[in-house]
Amino acid sequence: MSSTWYSLIGLASGVAFILALKGLSHPKTARRGNLIGAAGATVATLSVFLYVTPGKDGAEAHSLPIHNLGWILGAIALGLIVGVPAARKVEMTQMPQLVALFNGVGGGAAALVAIVEYLNLGDTATTAEVIFTVFTVVVGCVSFSGSIITFMKLQELMTTRPVVFPGGRFVIAGTLVAVLGVSVWVVVALGTTPLLVLAVLSLLFGILFVLPVGGADVPIVISLLNAFTGLTVAASGYVLSSTLLIIAGTLVGASGTILTRLMAEAMGRSLFGTLFGAFTAKPQAASGTAEERPVRSGSPDDVAILLNYARRVVIVPGFGLAVAQAQHTVRELADLMISKGIDVAYGIHPVAGRMPGHMNVLLAEANVPYDQLAEMDEVNPTFGQTDVAIVIGANDVVNPAAQTTPGCPIYGMPILEVNHAGNIIFLKRSMRPGFAGIENELLYDPKTMLLFGDAKASLTKVVSALKAL
Amino acid sequence: MDAMAITSIFVLSVFVGFEVVSKVSSTLHTPLMSGANAIHGVILVGAIIVADHSENNLELGLSLAAIVLATINMVGGFVVTDRMLEMFKPKKEGQK
Repeated sequence: MSSTWYSLIGLASGVAFILALKGLSHPKTARRGNLIGAAGATVATLSVFLYVTPGKDGAEAHSLPIHNLGWILGAIALGLIVGVPAARKVEMTQMPQLVALFNGVGGGAAALVAIVEYLNLGDTATTAEVIFTVFTVVVGCVSFSGSIITFMKLQELMTTRPVVFPGGRFVIAGTLVAVLGVSVWVVVALGTTPLLVLAVLSLLFGILFVLPVGGADVPIVISLLNAFTGLTVAASGYVLSSTLLIIAGTLVGASGTILTRLMAEAMGRSLFGTLFGAFTAKPQAASGTAEERPVRSGSPDDVAILLNYARRVVIVPGFGLAVAQAQHTVRELADLMISKGIDVAYGIHPVAGRMPGHMNVLLAEANVPYDQLAEMDEVNPTFGQTDVAIVIGANDVVNPAAQTTPGCPIYGMPILEVNHAGNIIFLKRSMRPGFAGIENELLYDPKTMLLFGDAKASLTKVVSALKAL
Repeated sequence: MDAMAITSIFVLSVFVGFEVVSKVSSTLHTPLMSGANAIHGVILVGAIIVADHSENNLELGLSLAAIVLATINMVGGFVVTDRMLEMFKPKKEGQK
C-alpha cells in the first residue's frame, strides 16, 4: 500500500472518531457513534499491517510483511482474550472501575511505545522527539498508576477516603520536582537509565497524586486521566509520524478535558480543588462518630402504611440499590404505587451510583420508563409537596451536610433535598456512612424512618405488605 | 512531517474535540468517557509500528506488552461502551 493510501485511511479513521464522539453526545445516536468509533479503530489497525512505517534514518526500508508479524498477532489475540470477556461479563455496578482499568492500560501502552521508540532511535532522535517521548512516558505512567489506584478505590480494595499523611504535600511536591528534573536530565544527557528512572518516578507520582482524592471525586479523576492518556497518544503520534494518532489522541485529550469540567460542574466540585487537592489536603480527623444516637427504625409494614396514604412519593436510588440488584423490585414497588393512584417519580442525582449517568444505565436495564426519571433540578423544587421520599442505598447524595457544613469533603456538592419531604424512609444495610465517609445528620431526623437490611429483601417485604393493605 | 503541519492538525483537533462534546447531558457522561477511552486505544497502531521497528528482544518484548495492553484498552473499551448504551435502546419488544 502506498503512503498516500495509508494516510487517507488514517484520515478516514480520524473522521470516524470525530463522528463517534459527536454521536456519543446524544442519547439517540450514542450507540451508533460508538460503533462508528470501533469501525474506525479496526480499519486503522488493519491498515498498519499493509504499510511499513519508515523507522529511524539510515535503517533499511523493508518490504511487507511487517517484521515480527506472528508475535504481533499473538499479542493482539492475548489482548482480545483478556479484554473482551472482561468487558462482556462485568456487572454494570462494577463498570466504572473497569473503565478506569482500561484507561490505565492505555496509558501504560502509550508509555511503553514511547520507551521502545526511544531505545530504537538511540542517538538519531531529535530534541523534539526526545521531549515528546519524555512527555509520553511521564503522563502515560501517571495515568497508568493513577488509574490503578482509582480502580482499587472503586473496587474497595483500599479505603475510599482521602489518604493523607503528614507532610504528604511536601512528598508529592518533591516527587513532582524530581520528575521535572529527571525529564530535563533525559533531554540533555540522553540515555536509557535516566528514562527508566523517569518512568519509575512518574509511576510513583501517579500513585501519590490520586491517593488524597476522596471517593466522591474519583470519577472526575478517571475522566482527567482519560484526557491525559489521550494527550500521550497524540505525543507518541508525533514521534511515530502518525497523523491518525495525533488526531485521535488530541480529540480525546480535548473532549476529555471538557467532559472532566462538565462532570465537576454536575457534581458541584471545583476542578482546581480536585486537581490540586493533593497539595492542599490536610489530614482530617475521622468523622465517623462512634457515639450511639437514637434512630427511628421501622418495619416493612410501617413503610407500607406510610406509602399507602401518600399522594406523592419520590424514590431516590443509590449505589446500594445497584449492589443489591434491587432495581427490578423497585420498579415493582413503583408500579404497585402507581396502580394505587400515587404519583411516583425517581429522583436521580447526577452522580448516583459511582459515576454520572451510572444510575440511569441501571434503571434502564430494569425497564423503568424514562418519563419517571427526574433529574435533580426538576425534582428538587417538588420535595415540598412530596409526602414520602424513599432513599434506597443512597447516602451522600442526600446528605444536607453538603449545604450546611463548610469543610466537609462533600461541601458544595448539589444534593437531592429530601429533607424537605414530609417523611423520609432510608433503606440501609447498616449505619455505615456512604462512599465519601461522612456521617449523615438526616438519619437522626425525627421525620426519618430507617428500614435496615438488604435493599432487595426489604423492598420485597414492603411490596407484599403494601399489596395486603 | 513538518512541524507546522503537525501544529495545525493538533490545534484544529483541540477545537473539534472541545466542540463535539460541549453540550452533553449528565446521563451520557459515563458512556462518553468510556467511548473516548476506547478511542485512545488506537495507540495499538503505534504499538504495532514499534514492534515492526524492534531490533532486539528487549524492544520487541516491551512493544508486545504495549500491544496486549492497547488491545485490551481498545476492544474492551468499545465492548463495554456498547453494553452501557444497549440499555438506552428504545423498547419495542416490551419485556425482555
